Amino acid sequence: MTTQKSERLEIRSSDDVVRVRQLTRTLAIAAGLGLVDQTKIITAASELARNTLDYGGGGFVLAEQVEAVGRRGVRLTFEDRGPGIPDINAALKDGFTTGKGMGLGLGGAKRLSNEFSIHSTSGEGTKIMIARWK
Amino acid sequence: MDRIPILKFGNALLVTIQVDMHDRLATALEEDLTSRIVENNAKGVLIDISALEIVDSFIGRMLDNIAAVSRILDADTVVVGMRPAVAITLVELGLSLTGVKTALNVERGMALIQARLKMSDAEDDDSEE
Repeated sequence: MTTQKSERLEIRSSDDVVRVRQLTRTLAIAAGLGLVDQTKIITAASELARNTLDYGGGGFVLAEQVEAVGRRGVRLTFEDRGPGIPDINAALKDGFTTGKGMGLGLGGAKRLSNEFSIHSTSGEGTKIMIARWK
Repeated sequence: MDRIPILKFGNALLVTIQVDMHDRLATALEEDLTSRIVENNAKGVLIDISALEIVDSFIGRMLDNIAAVSRILDADTVVVGMRPAVAITLVELGLSLTGVKTALNVERGMALIQARLKMSDAEDDDSEE
Protein backbone atom coordinates (compact mmCIF):
# COMPACT_ATOMS: atom_id res chain seq x y z
CA MET A 1 0.00 0.00 0.00
CA THR A 2 1.32 3.44 -0.88
CA THR A 3 0.44 6.76 0.63
CA GLN A 4 -0.40 9.49 -1.89
CA LYS A 5 -0.90 12.30 0.54
CA SER A 6 -0.89 12.56 4.31
CA GLU A 7 -1.51 15.11 7.00
CA ARG A 8 -1.30 15.03 10.76
CA LEU A 9 -3.78 17.04 12.83
CA GLU A 10 -3.83 17.70 16.57
CA ILE A 11 -7.15 17.09 18.32
CA ARG A 12 -7.34 19.44 21.32
CA SER A 13 -10.75 21.16 21.04
CA SER A 14 -14.16 20.73 19.43
CA ASP A 15 -12.97 23.07 16.64
CA ASP A 16 -10.33 20.45 15.85
CA VAL A 17 -13.09 17.83 15.43
CA VAL A 18 -14.55 20.07 12.68
CA ARG A 19 -11.05 20.34 11.12
CA VAL A 20 -10.72 16.54 11.10
CA ARG A 21 -14.06 16.31 9.25
CA GLN A 22 -12.92 18.89 6.67
CA LEU A 23 -9.55 17.19 6.12
CA THR A 24 -11.25 13.79 5.74
CA ARG A 25 -13.62 15.27 3.18
CA THR A 26 -10.74 16.74 1.14
CA LEU A 27 -8.91 13.39 1.10
CA ALA A 28 -12.08 11.40 0.33
CA ILE A 29 -12.78 13.61 -2.68
CA ALA A 30 -9.14 13.32 -3.82
CA ALA A 31 -9.40 9.51 -3.54
CA GLY A 32 -12.48 9.60 -5.76
CA LEU A 33 -14.95 8.28 -3.17
CA GLY A 34 -18.64 8.66 -4.06
CA LEU A 35 -20.95 10.90 -2.04
CA VAL A 36 -22.30 8.16 0.24
CA ASP A 37 -18.80 6.79 0.93
CA GLN A 38 -17.53 10.31 1.61
CA THR A 39 -20.37 10.92 4.05
CA LYS A 40 -19.73 7.62 5.84
CA ILE A 41 -15.99 8.13 6.34
CA ILE A 42 -16.45 11.78 7.40
CA THR A 43 -19.09 10.72 9.94
CA ALA A 44 -16.85 7.92 11.27
CA ALA A 45 -13.95 10.42 11.50
CA SER A 46 -16.15 12.81 13.47
CA GLU A 47 -17.11 10.09 15.98
CA LEU A 48 -13.52 8.96 16.51
CA ALA A 49 -12.13 12.51 16.72
CA ARG A 50 -14.69 13.28 19.43
CA ASN A 51 -13.76 10.08 21.30
CA THR A 52 -10.07 11.07 21.11
CA LEU A 53 -10.99 14.43 22.64
CA ASP A 54 -13.57 13.33 25.24
CA TYR A 55 -12.15 10.00 26.40
CA GLY A 56 -8.49 10.14 25.35
CA GLY A 57 -7.92 13.67 26.66
CA GLY A 58 -6.87 14.81 23.18
CA GLY A 59 -4.42 13.35 20.70
CA PHE A 60 -3.90 13.44 16.98
CA VAL A 61 -5.01 11.90 13.72
CA LEU A 62 -2.87 10.84 10.78
CA ALA A 63 -5.05 11.18 7.67
CA GLU A 64 -3.84 9.54 4.47
CA GLN A 65 -4.98 9.14 0.92
CA VAL A 66 -3.79 5.63 0.07
CA GLU A 67 -3.59 3.33 -2.92
CA ALA A 68 -3.30 -0.47 -2.94
CA VAL A 69 -3.54 -2.84 -5.92
CA GLY A 70 -5.52 -0.45 -8.05
CA ARG A 71 -7.80 0.65 -5.21
CA ARG A 72 -7.85 4.13 -3.79
CA GLY A 73 -9.11 5.11 -0.40
CA VAL A 74 -8.75 7.07 2.82
CA ARG A 75 -7.08 5.78 5.95
CA LEU A 76 -7.28 7.53 9.31
CA THR A 77 -5.28 6.65 12.40
CA PHE A 78 -6.36 8.22 15.70
CA GLU A 79 -3.97 8.13 18.63
CA ASP A 80 -4.24 9.32 22.19
CA ARG A 81 -2.34 8.84 25.43
CA GLY A 82 -5.46 8.62 27.57
CA PRO A 83 -6.57 5.96 30.05
CA GLY A 84 -7.14 3.31 27.36
CA ILE A 85 -10.22 1.12 26.91
CA PRO A 86 -10.31 -1.76 29.45
CA ASP A 87 -12.93 -3.85 27.61
CA ILE A 88 -12.89 -3.23 23.85
CA ASN A 89 -15.71 -5.67 23.09
CA ALA A 90 -18.00 -3.88 25.54
CA ALA A 91 -16.99 -0.48 24.13
CA LEU A 92 -17.88 -1.62 20.61
CA LYS A 93 -21.44 -2.48 21.64
CA ASP A 94 -24.11 0.10 20.83
CA GLY A 95 -25.35 1.88 23.89
CA PHE A 96 -22.19 1.32 25.92
CA THR A 97 -20.82 4.58 27.27
CA THR A 98 -18.78 5.76 30.22
CA GLY A 99 -19.40 9.39 29.28
CA LYS A 100 -22.25 11.65 28.27
CA GLY A 101 -22.66 10.30 24.73
CA MET A 102 -25.06 7.77 23.28
CA GLY A 103 -22.53 4.96 22.98
CA LEU A 104 -22.75 4.85 19.19
CA GLY A 105 -19.36 6.31 18.35
CA LEU A 106 -17.03 3.33 18.30
CA GLY A 107 -19.42 0.68 16.96
CA GLY A 108 -20.88 3.19 14.51
CA ALA A 109 -17.43 4.17 13.21
CA LYS A 110 -16.63 0.48 12.69
CA ARG A 111 -19.85 -0.10 10.72
CA LEU A 112 -19.17 2.97 8.56
CA SER A 113 -15.67 1.78 7.60
CA ASN A 114 -14.37 -1.01 5.35
CA GLU A 115 -11.42 -1.63 7.66
CA PHE A 116 -11.19 -1.15 11.39
CA SER A 117 -8.53 -1.99 13.95
CA ILE A 118 -8.07 -0.96 17.53
CA HIS A 119 -5.20 -1.26 19.99
CA SER A 120 -5.61 -0.04 23.50
CA THR A 121 -3.46 -0.46 26.58
CA SER A 122 -4.77 0.43 30.00
CA GLY A 123 -3.02 3.54 31.26
CA GLU A 124 -1.12 4.11 28.02
CA GLY A 125 -3.61 5.08 25.37
CA THR A 126 -5.61 4.03 22.35
CA LYS A 127 -4.85 3.75 18.64
CA ILE A 128 -7.68 3.24 16.16
CA MET A 129 -7.30 2.83 12.39
CA ILE A 130 -10.17 3.01 9.91
CA ALA A 131 -10.18 2.92 6.13
CA ARG A 132 -12.78 3.34 3.42
CA TRP A 133 -12.10 2.23 -0.16
CA LYS A 134 -13.52 3.38 -3.43
CA MET B 1 -18.99 32.78 20.68
CA ASP B 2 -20.83 32.24 17.39
CA ARG B 3 -24.54 31.56 17.45
CA ILE B 4 -26.89 30.03 14.89
CA PRO B 5 -29.59 32.61 14.12
CA ILE B 6 -33.21 31.78 14.97
CA LEU B 7 -35.90 33.53 12.91
CA LYS B 8 -39.50 34.06 13.98
CA PHE B 9 -42.13 33.23 11.37
CA GLY B 10 -45.63 33.72 12.75
CA ASN B 11 -46.06 31.19 15.55
CA ALA B 12 -43.09 29.19 14.35
CA LEU B 13 -39.32 29.45 14.71
CA LEU B 14 -37.08 28.86 11.74
CA VAL B 15 -33.45 27.71 11.92
CA THR B 16 -31.19 27.13 8.94
CA ILE B 17 -27.93 25.47 9.85
CA GLN B 18 -25.42 26.75 7.29
CA VAL B 19 -22.12 25.93 8.97
CA ASP B 20 -20.23 22.81 9.97
CA MET B 21 -21.15 22.96 13.67
CA HIS B 22 -18.69 22.22 16.42
CA ASP B 23 -20.20 20.64 19.53
CA ARG B 24 -20.43 23.83 21.62
CA LEU B 25 -22.31 25.57 18.81
CA ALA B 26 -24.80 22.68 18.67
CA THR B 27 -25.31 22.79 22.43
CA ALA B 28 -25.80 26.58 22.29
CA LEU B 29 -28.46 26.17 19.59
CA GLU B 30 -30.30 23.65 21.75
CA GLU B 31 -30.36 26.11 24.67
CA ASP B 32 -31.25 29.15 22.54
CA LEU B 33 -34.14 27.34 20.86
CA THR B 34 -35.56 26.20 24.19
CA SER B 35 -35.68 29.73 25.57
CA ARG B 36 -37.01 31.20 22.31
CA ILE B 37 -39.91 28.70 22.26
CA VAL B 38 -41.04 30.03 25.62
CA GLU B 39 -40.31 33.74 24.90
CA ASN B 40 -42.16 33.73 21.55
CA ASN B 41 -44.86 31.29 22.60
CA ALA B 42 -43.89 29.28 19.53
CA LYS B 43 -45.94 26.28 18.46
CA GLY B 44 -43.57 25.00 15.83
CA VAL B 45 -39.85 24.74 15.18
CA LEU B 46 -38.51 24.15 11.68
CA ILE B 47 -34.86 23.13 11.37
CA ASP B 48 -33.39 23.14 7.87
CA ILE B 49 -30.31 20.88 7.68
CA SER B 50 -30.00 20.80 3.87
CA ALA B 51 -26.56 22.42 4.09
CA LEU B 52 -25.23 19.80 6.53
CA GLU B 53 -22.79 17.35 4.94
CA ILE B 54 -22.92 15.00 7.88
CA VAL B 55 -25.03 14.36 10.98
CA ASP B 56 -23.02 12.44 13.55
CA SER B 57 -24.23 11.06 16.88
CA PHE B 58 -23.71 14.40 18.64
CA ILE B 59 -25.76 16.44 16.15
CA GLY B 60 -28.31 13.62 15.98
CA ARG B 61 -28.69 13.72 19.73
CA MET B 62 -29.07 17.51 19.58
CA LEU B 63 -31.95 17.14 17.09
CA ASP B 64 -33.55 14.47 19.30
CA ASN B 65 -33.21 16.66 22.40
CA ILE B 66 -34.68 19.72 20.67
CA ALA B 67 -37.67 17.65 19.51
CA ALA B 68 -38.20 16.19 23.01
CA VAL B 69 -37.91 19.52 24.85
CA SER B 70 -40.12 21.38 22.37
CA ARG B 71 -42.77 18.66 22.71
CA ILE B 72 -42.82 19.20 26.47
CA LEU B 73 -43.15 22.95 25.82
CA ASP B 74 -46.11 22.29 23.47
CA ALA B 75 -44.30 22.97 20.20
CA ASP B 76 -43.69 20.65 17.24
CA THR B 77 -40.24 20.24 15.71
CA VAL B 78 -39.81 19.32 12.07
CA VAL B 79 -36.36 18.65 10.61
CA VAL B 80 -36.22 19.26 6.87
CA GLY B 81 -33.83 18.87 3.96
CA MET B 82 -31.74 15.92 5.12
CA ARG B 83 -29.47 14.80 2.27
CA PRO B 84 -29.96 11.19 1.13
CA ALA B 85 -26.32 10.26 1.88
CA VAL B 86 -26.75 11.67 5.39
CA ALA B 87 -29.90 9.60 5.94
CA ILE B 88 -28.17 6.40 4.79
CA THR B 89 -25.19 7.09 7.05
CA LEU B 90 -27.35 7.95 10.08
CA VAL B 91 -29.18 4.63 9.91
CA GLU B 92 -25.92 2.69 9.56
CA LEU B 93 -24.49 4.65 12.48
CA GLY B 94 -27.44 3.39 14.54
CA LEU B 95 -29.41 6.60 14.89
CA SER B 96 -32.92 6.46 13.49
CA LEU B 97 -34.13 9.73 15.08
CA THR B 98 -37.44 8.11 16.04
CA GLY B 99 -38.52 11.10 18.13
CA VAL B 100 -37.99 13.62 15.35
CA LYS B 101 -40.57 14.55 12.72
CA THR B 102 -39.01 15.03 9.31
CA ALA B 103 -40.09 16.44 5.96
CA LEU B 104 -38.36 16.51 2.61
CA ASN B 105 -38.15 20.28 2.28
CA VAL B 106 -39.01 23.58 3.97
CA GLU B 107 -42.40 23.89 2.21
CA ARG B 108 -43.61 20.47 3.38
CA GLY B 109 -42.21 21.05 6.85
CA MET B 110 -44.02 24.38 7.12
CA ALA B 111 -47.24 22.70 5.91
CA LEU B 112 -46.92 20.16 8.76
CA ILE B 113 -46.52 22.95 11.30
CA GLN B 114 -49.38 25.01 9.83
CA ALA B 115 -51.68 21.97 9.98
CA ARG B 116 -50.84 21.55 13.63
CA LEU B 117 -51.47 25.28 14.28
CA LYS B 118 -54.91 25.06 12.66
CA MET B 119 -55.74 22.08 14.85
CA SER B 120 -54.77 23.89 18.02
CA ASP B 121 -56.73 26.99 16.91
CA ALA B 122 -59.80 24.80 16.40
CA GLU B 123 -59.36 23.39 19.91
CA ASP B 124 -59.18 26.93 21.30
CA ASP B 125 -62.44 27.82 19.50
CA ASP B 126 -64.13 24.74 20.95
CA SER B 127 -63.14 25.63 24.48
CA GLU B 128 -64.59 29.14 24.12
CA GLU B 129 -68.04 27.84 23.32
